[in-house]
Amino acid sequence: MVKEVERAGIPVVHLATVVPISLTIGANRIVPGIGIPYPLGDPTLGEVKSKKIRRSIVEQALTALQTEVDGQTVFEM
Amino acid sequence: MSKLRVVHYINNFFAGVGGEEKADIPPQARDGVVGPGLALSKALGEEAEIVGTIICGDSYFGENTKSAKEEMLKLIEMYNPDIFVAGPAFNAGRYGFACGEMATFIEEELQIPVVSAMYKENPGVDMFKRDMHIIETEISAADMRNAVPKMAKLVLKLAKGEEVGSPAEEGYHERGIRVNYFHEKRGSERGVGLLVKKMNGEECVTEYPMPVFDRVDPLPAVADITKVKVAIVTSGGIVPQGNPDRIESSSATKYGIYDISGMNDLSADDFMTVHGGYDRAFVTENPNLVVPLDVMREMEQEGVIGELANYFVTTTGTGTSVGNAKGFGEHFARKLVEDGVGAVILTST
Repeated sequence: MVKEVERAGIPVVHLATVVPISLTIGANRIVPGIGIPYPLGDPTLGEVKSKKIRRSIVEQALTALQTEVDGQTVFEM
Repeated sequence: MSKLRVVHYINNFFAGVGGEEKADIPPQARDGVVGPGLALSKALGEEAEIVGTIICGDSYFGENTKSAKEEMLKLIEMYNPDIFVAGPAFNAGRYGFACGEMATFIEEELQIPVVSAMYKENPGVDMFKRDMHIIETEISAADMRNAVPKMAKLVLKLAKGEEVGSPAEEGYHERGIRVNYFHEKRGSERGVGLLVKKMNGEECVTEYPMPVFDRVDPLPAVADITKVKVAIVTSGGIVPQGNPDRIESSSATKYGIYDISGMNDLSADDFMTVHGGYDRAFVTENPNLVVPLDVMREMEQEGVIGELANYFVTTTGTGTSVGNAKGFGEHFARKLVEDGVGAVILTST
């Protein structure tokens, strides 16, 4: 789906928990998620901390969207 | 023992009626063999004989498919066949379509074995390979003398109820059907065996060809995200409570688009996850863990992003075929473009 969005001309970032899968499939801009049952946050740390993490991951995603890449790039936190 | 009765289907060209200018001829029947039927007849040997040949123009079939099928069914029935053979069509697309349509139709109507033959790029292959056996041919009719004996051999096996071998053995296009069997060696042994071969620089053939994933060139970066409309897409299976569109928990055949206007976060009262590939406990309590509406709405209000699209797109990623996922993407990407979406965040579990 990521590739089809990109093919349609819309920059896209893949927020993925299993980065090797994202790389194999061919996403170009990748931001790693935290955990498979909770990609955007960490509820084990409580709601407040979890939401902060969510915010910082989405901010990283926006950074990825605004960064030129010439191939597949993983934007680690 | 009487010979098996075969009806052979060919087009205007192979019937010797004419080329493109005769592609519009309506169905007709002739007793015995016509054109390549002679080669087919020889290949069938003593066990079967071609009692009749049905001919139809490729364009006529394409433009009058329904009526042509019905008309030819009547012609074919008169021969009381035990076997139906269509083509070979090689790379001729309209002919491949006609062969596939006729063969699957006759198989269903008359409950007799059928076979055809096509080049791998003939659209008829992808359309019909799951529903029938299609022998693989080279690109042109020069391959007739290779294709015909394989067709005859396979269809006789089908007629006699004999076991049909693998695509590689019999020469037909892979049908996408997985057949389980017990190997004398365990998978772990075979895996290590392959690795040892690889390390020794010996030939090692994969047991299962891996799909090839294509690549898309990365798009230029977004210049200024504070001016852009951003949309959320997810494969994490977030859907409204009750899953109104019945998106599957695995191997999704559909995706959904759900409104989030006016919402500051995804409430657990209104949304749930159907994804069968991860522990749902956390997301059930807080769907924002997969569709981060809470933080993105804040970012929209703060002007960090230009605008948040008023819907999100969702499906279930686990088990979903690449083909389906690609299809969903092609489809909803059009809507995103129409709606002026300038960037997408796609979340996956």
